[in-house]
Amino acid sequence: MELQEVINSLSLKVENPSVNLKREVTGAYVSDMLSDVMGNAHEGFLWITLQIHLNIVAVASLKGLSGILLVNNRVPAEETLKKAIEENVPILTSSLPTFELVGRLYSLGLRCR
Amino acid sequence: MPVEFRADLHIHTCLSPCSELFMTPGRIVEKAASLGINILAVCDHNSVEQVEVTAHIGGKKGIRVIPGMEINSSEEVHVLGFFGDMADAFSMQKVVYENLQPGENDEDAFGMQVLVNEEEEVLGFNKRLLIGATSLSVNRIVELIHSFNGLAVASHIDREGFGIIGQLGFIPEGVKFDALEISCMTTMDEAHARFGLYRNIPWITSSDAHRLEDIGRRTTGFVMEHATFDEMRLALKGEDNRTIIF
Repeated sequence: MELQEVINSLSLKVENPSVNLKREVTGAYVSDMLSDVMGNAHEGFLWITLQIHLNIVAVASLKGLSGILLVNNRVPAEETLKKAIEENVPILTSSLPTFELVGRLYSLGLRCR
Repeated sequence: MPVEFRADLHIHTCLSPCSELFMTPGRIVEKAASLGINILAVCDHNSVEQVEVTAHIGGKKGIRVIPGMEINSSEEVHVLGFFGDMADAFSMQKVVYENLQPGENDEDAFGMQVLVNEEEEVLGFNKRLLIGATSLSVNRIVELIHSFNGLAVASHIDREGFGIIGQLGFIPEGVKFDALEISCMTTMDEAHARFGLYRNIPWITSSDAHRLEDIGRRTTGFVMEHATFDEMRLALKGEDNRTIIF
């Protein structure tokens, strides 16, 4: 599924619109422990989290994730956004809590495998 | 001539909601003295309110008590701050309290936050949500500790929950920890295998005691002239023939 389709379907805000949004979302993973994401998320996954620390960009880059979705009105820390632009990692935000977002992503057909 | 002092730098008193009520300043000092420990750091969750009484009792038993606090960051990473005196410790506590998650402690859910005196009389209960997180990032907490002349230590980096590597995947670049703490869950050999990457930062090990019997289950040796905070800083840096042994 195209990332843009996910953005449109869930009315997500793109915090760094200058990055390339043309990418395939192959699945999704939810976790707020970065060590867990490093172990269990797969390339192309969209990562749903409430963490806004700079390290989220490094983890997304390392794993080749298709983007980071911040929940519940969280906004990335300034240095996080700056790094995300440099590293070409889309950061998306939503006012919805994790449960709602994940339900909608699942309905769109995204899975965690 | 520098000599070795045994230090257990991570002790919770009965002010921490998750600690047992027997962790009174008097009993902590007594236990530490019986084990031959020379230096303690009282590190309650997000508070330094029980340090002074412990330091006072410690002084009488020849045990140096370092003011400390285990601060919970916005990422739920635990960071130990050690301070040279109570003024600096209270300055840090003020910032922590201003940024602590609002709400009152629920004693049934988290436990009591008891303040006691030297005679183990209950002086009161801290009502804050000390178990909660602050809105301060781990980067900011380390900066703040340093701004109050303190030492910043990443708590139990080998623990998944509330350890910096578990929460943030790795130690962020540019965060200047003075030491990393290895918990009693991990042997030195295991620590080398897992965290060898971070050997450029000094390592300490401590008990993270929440019960009396846990005190001193891990200690770090500080080789230095006197059991003081300034000497500990030198020992961590390995300067002037001071060093640490773990």
